[in-house]
Amino acid sequence: MGNGIQKLIMPKWGLSMTQGKVVEWLVAEGSVVSAGNHLVEVETDKIVGGVESPAAGTLRRQVASPGMELPVGSLLGVLADPTVPEDEIDRFIEAFLPDSSAEEQADDTPQDDFVDVGGRRLRYLKMGESGCPAILLHGFTGNLDNWLFNHATLAQDRSVYALDLPGHGQSSKDVGEGTVPALATMVLAWMDQLELRQAHLIGHSLGGSIALQCALQAAPRVRSCTLLAPAGLGREINAEYLRGIVEAGRRKELKHHLQQLYADPDRVTRQMTDDVLRYKRLDGVPTALGLLRDGLLVNEEQAHVSRDRLTVLEAPALVLWGEQDAIVPAAHSHDLPDHFEVERYADCGHMVQMEMASSVNRRVTDFLARIDALE
Amino acid sequence: MARTLSFQQAINEALDQEMSRDESVIVMGEDVVGGQGADGEMDAWGGVLGVTKGLYGKHGDRVMDTPISESAFIGAAIGAASSGSRPVVELMFNDFLGVCFDQIFNQAAKFRYMFGGKAKTPVVIRTMIGSGFRAAAQHSQSLYSLFTHIPGLKCVVPATPYDAKGLLIEAIRDDDPVIFFEHKKLYPLEGEVPQELYTIPFGEAEVVREGGDTTIVTLAEMVHESLQAAEALAADGVECEVIDLRTTSPLDRETILESVEATGRVVVVDEANPRCSMATDIAALIAQEAFGALKAPIQMVTAPHTPVPFADNLEDLYKPNASKIAAAVRSVVEYQAWETASRS
Repeated sequence: MGNGIQKLIMPKWGLSMTQGKVVEWLVAEGSVVSAGNHLVEVETDKIVGGVESPAAGTLRRQVASPGMELPVGSLLGVLADPTVPEDEIDRFIEAFLPDSSAEEQADDTPQDDFVDVGGRRLRYLKMGESGCPAILLHGFTGNLDNWLFNHATLAQDRSVYALDLPGHGQSSKDVGEGTVPALATMVLAWMDQLELRQAHLIGHSLGGSIALQCALQAAPRVRSCTLLAPAGLGREINAEYLRGIVEAGRRKELKHHLQQLYADPDRVTRQMTDDVLRYKRLDGVPTALGLLRDGLLVNEEQAHVSRDRLTVLEAPALVLWGEQDAIVPAAHSHDLPDHFEVERYADCGHMVQMEMASSVNRRVTDFLARIDALE
Repeated sequence: MARTLSFQQAINEALDQEMSRDESVIVMGEDVVGGQGADGEMDAWGGVLGVTKGLYGKHGDRVMDTPISESAFIGAAIGAASSGSRPVVELMFNDFLGVCFDQIFNQAAKFRYMFGGKAKTPVVIRTMIGSGFRAAAQHSQSLYSLFTHIPGLKCVVPATPYDAKGLLIEAIRDDDPVIFFEHKKLYPLEGEVPQELYTIPFGEAEVVREGGDTTIVTLAEMVHESLQAAEALAADGVECEVIDLRTTSPLDRETILESVEATGRVVVVDEANPRCSMATDIAALIAQEAFGALKAPIQMVTAPHTPVPFADNLEDLYKPNASKIAAAVRSVVEYQAWETASRS
């Protein structure tokens, strides 16, 4: 790492990623880049995503070519100051050990865990230690993998738990009556079980609505709310999407619905569609999704809206939204109470945490650090 | 995280979980309990290749050893199915199904139809198929096309552990007779399988690899040979779409035709003998429904019209493999219509 040479390596996104395929370079050799810029697009069996620059500098070398399938930890490119001579970069590439970091990562891969809460077996994944914990709550038909671009980064400062909500992922498929307050009660009971007295709640979509409900229902338990394209802030919702995703039985229809989640529909891979299809075919899932859909919708609109109660919300709140959101309109982020921080992203759809991963990670890390410092 | 099971364990788990979930599910067949009627732990063996191992210990008398009298116990299973049970009956090798054709073809397959929809026959017949096991002509055939021919039967031919579990659970819950063909060479194959119960609907083929140059339609062990061929061809710039049928009855016509309409070229790969086979059936479907899309004649890679040989070298020659599949794909990709036209 002498002379400011920085390696750009194949990242590990989520528990199951062992390798990724280089799709294309987004930045030419010789370009000046900032930390967090997307330099190269990588496709995994879950998703297509941009690999972020680890630092500011000049992209000196594109080591990996489009089409190559490389293990996690492999060298993708080299960043360095323009003054670093070419042969020094050659030597760096020559000396790079491709599998050392990959093995390292494989060894301390965090393990998911299960806990019984009121007769329901709930799955969660914990990363990081210390600090006021944060809890990640995914959206409708999602699972804890929805945070694959965020979980590890956010866990650098604190312990971060990602939960498979009841009815989702590998958690019990019993969703009770399937309403937002019922789900919030289950999340609070899960926090009790893990002895999490207080936490920052970070929720996406349905998970956002649940986070908000937890904060209204049990104010002392919620240090702050980060709401990404949340439900619960207005009546409008893409009811056709909700019904479509529940009813779609074949890959093609399902893919069509899933593509509405992203500003760029090409982000939806075959594997992503397959994973949702496989999830939908688990025993109990069709019933759970049907109950949730019925609990979420009334006359094609959101059944549970907390907007008129926001002024009594004690927890500080950050709201992040994609302007291109085709599921819950970004307009719901307007005219919020003064103590809400709001940021909107122009070229972003409903999956804010995936589509704007680096910006979201920075913004949330900063927000949580400020809240923690208040004490 | 993601849990892996072998194909064999996936079948065992499907049986175990369905027996736990539904009291009416019973398992019967030759040696499915312990085998040989010997002293000692009854479920030590669990079928000729150990697929039902451990079920007797958990589910007791709902797992039944039968005499070596196929016509009797297949008939008994069909009778039990028509009177309230959901039997999963194992008939070791599909080569022996011949002695119970009446029970299967004329009874089980006809009950719903002949009783005006008032009867159901939720029986699953599990049976092994496949060559390459050095098991000679009477233990190596792949006879799914015989059963696909009969209306009233459903035929399942899984290729992966995930599909084996999901399709077997679907088969057990289905109210019609299902013949479930297990390729014995696939038993040790490992793959991701959820712990939870799940089903895969019948009549849904799986596109296991996407590609725009040629469609390969195949099933069972040949899915893996085809994928290997596709991998080799991709290195030469030829992209194959590989379709795993998963069930031959019902057949997912839509997925086959959609793919052929996009690629214009097709190779059907079937380990079974070539006459009146899945290969000819699919070739006919494509010729009839997608003729205008074809850029080359339909190719078939199958076994020859002979019994499965016992001699190792002959059995190896008999069986389709990745290199034969790759050669067939090259022939359809390189095919030039005008050459043929100018020669004639």
